[in-house]
Amino acid sequence: MTPIVEFRGVSYRINGHHILRNLSFSLAAGETLVLLGRSGSGKTTALKMVNGLLFPTEGEVCVEGMPTTSWDPIRLKRRIGYVIQEAGLFPHFTVADNVGLVPKLEGWPPSRVRARTGELLEQVTLPPSEFSLRYPRELSSGQRQRVGVARALAADPALLLFDEPFGALDPVTRLELQNQFLALREQWGKTAMFVTHDVREAMRLGSRIGLLHHGALEALAPPEEFRRQHGDEAQAFLACLDLK
Amino acid sequence: MSQRGAQVMSSGLPGEIVQLTMEHLWLVLLSITIAVGIALPMGVLLTRKRPLQGWVLGFANVVQTIPSLALFGFLIPLPLIGGIGQHTAIMALILYALLPVLRNTFTGILGIDPAVRESALAMGMTDGQLLRLVELPLAARTILAGVRVATVTTIGTATIAAAIGAGGLGVFIFRGLASVDSTLLLAGAIPAAAMALLADGGLGWIEKKFSPV
Ligand SMILES: Nc1ncnc2c1ncn2[C@@H]1O[C@H](COP(=O)(O)OP(=O)(O)OP(=O)(O)O)[C@@H](O)[C@H]1O
Ligand SMILES: [Mg+2]
Repeated sequence: MTPIVEFRGVSYRINGHHILRNLSFSLAAGETLVLLGRSGSGKTTALKMVNGLLFPTEGEVCVEGMPTTSWDPIRLKRRIGYVIQEAGLFPHFTVADNVGLVPKLEGWPPSRVRARTGELLEQVTLPPSEFSLRYPRELSSGQRQRVGVARALAADPALLLFDEPFGALDPVTRLELQNQFLALREQWGKTAMFVTHDVREAMRLGSRIGLLHHGALEALAPPEEFRRQHGDEAQAFLACLDLK
Repeated sequence: MSQRGAQVMSSGLPGEIVQLTMEHLWLVLLSITIAVGIALPMGVLLTRKRPLQGWVLGFANVVQTIPSLALFGFLIPLPLIGGIGQHTAIMALILYALLPVLRNTFTGILGIDPAVRESALAMGMTDGQLLRLVELPLAARTILAGVRVATVTTIGTATIAAAIGAGGLGVFIFRGLASVDSTLLLAGAIPAAAMALLADGGLGWIEKKFSPV
């Protein structure tokens, strides 16, 4: 079976800086690959390679077997749900309009967009009656992130990219949403790439964990195996697990 | 509407005030509409074609620095667009109104948080959708501020258009100057000032309807 996403020797260089170094890995259908790494290690850059916001300077990224450079850029982006770091909501759209954006762009009839929007807001525990008509500036940052998640799910994409979607949440809500994420994954069998700098979150959510360090993949292993990694960077992250 | 103000002296002062005010309004509305029609798409284009920026904004800037009476003078001898009358005046008024609208369209769109633009691209918006759904709504307030400045300036500059026979409230002012008649001066100045204040207030009010973001 062709992998949903495949990085083949991907490097990204800008103004002489090497931001990604020779990344190779692939994602099978239904899998959640967590990219773990410090701030600035290249996680967001790697995600943007998948939906064609950026293109490799060396190597190629294939989605459903086809290089991102061969995809129609608009089609590729609409096929992939993207939860942007810090939510990236449209400040002049209501919550409902933000969530319903991609379905609307895809030409769904308004009644269906509305139904879908309501359903998703329920799922991320933002009752539509209370939140639909608010603007992003009228939400807490955790609520904004949840709207970002709902927006990415809206057109029911088979592949989802999450860029620290639970970063601004309190630990309780964070745990709730992580559980929700696991439940939804069971239910829908979606494929996901999930970026985080939180090793606990990586262990809970990942079917495999890829550790990025200065743009290079230091380790790639399922959680149990990741625990036994010896590299310095892996050890540094694993040390965080022992706290508390 | 295109009648010359000087031809309607028979209807008495109040009637003439109404007549010339309408003429003035017409000059302003026509020039502003055309100027916005040119400057708005051009401003959008400049955000797409960065190398053109210097040239276009530079040209508009230079035009703005030419004293209005001189600009009218320069236009008169030109074929097609020149000559005496309304069309030359409208031409000059358009040239003046271009810069504020152009500059504000351009800076309004470039001033949008790059993260919002990237988010729109990430959602798979086409360039047209990005413009229509994100950039224009978010820049609307700034663009309208440019239209407001252009309109208020044009209302003032249009009084000078009477010098080349374009009519409007300037007719009173020039006649008042020639005959040292302050009643005539006021008959031209007061409606022009009132029009400018109304335009400023009205457009300012619409501007505030758009969220600052
Ligand atoms: N346009 C750019 N020009 C130059 N350097 C850039 C550019 N974009 C990102 N970088 C650099 O690339 C590196 C990786 O950035 P990236 O956003 O992928 O990090 P990240 O792992 O997502 O970090 P964080 O956890 O803080 O979000 C950083 O050092 C950043 O400064
Ligand atoms: Mg990041």
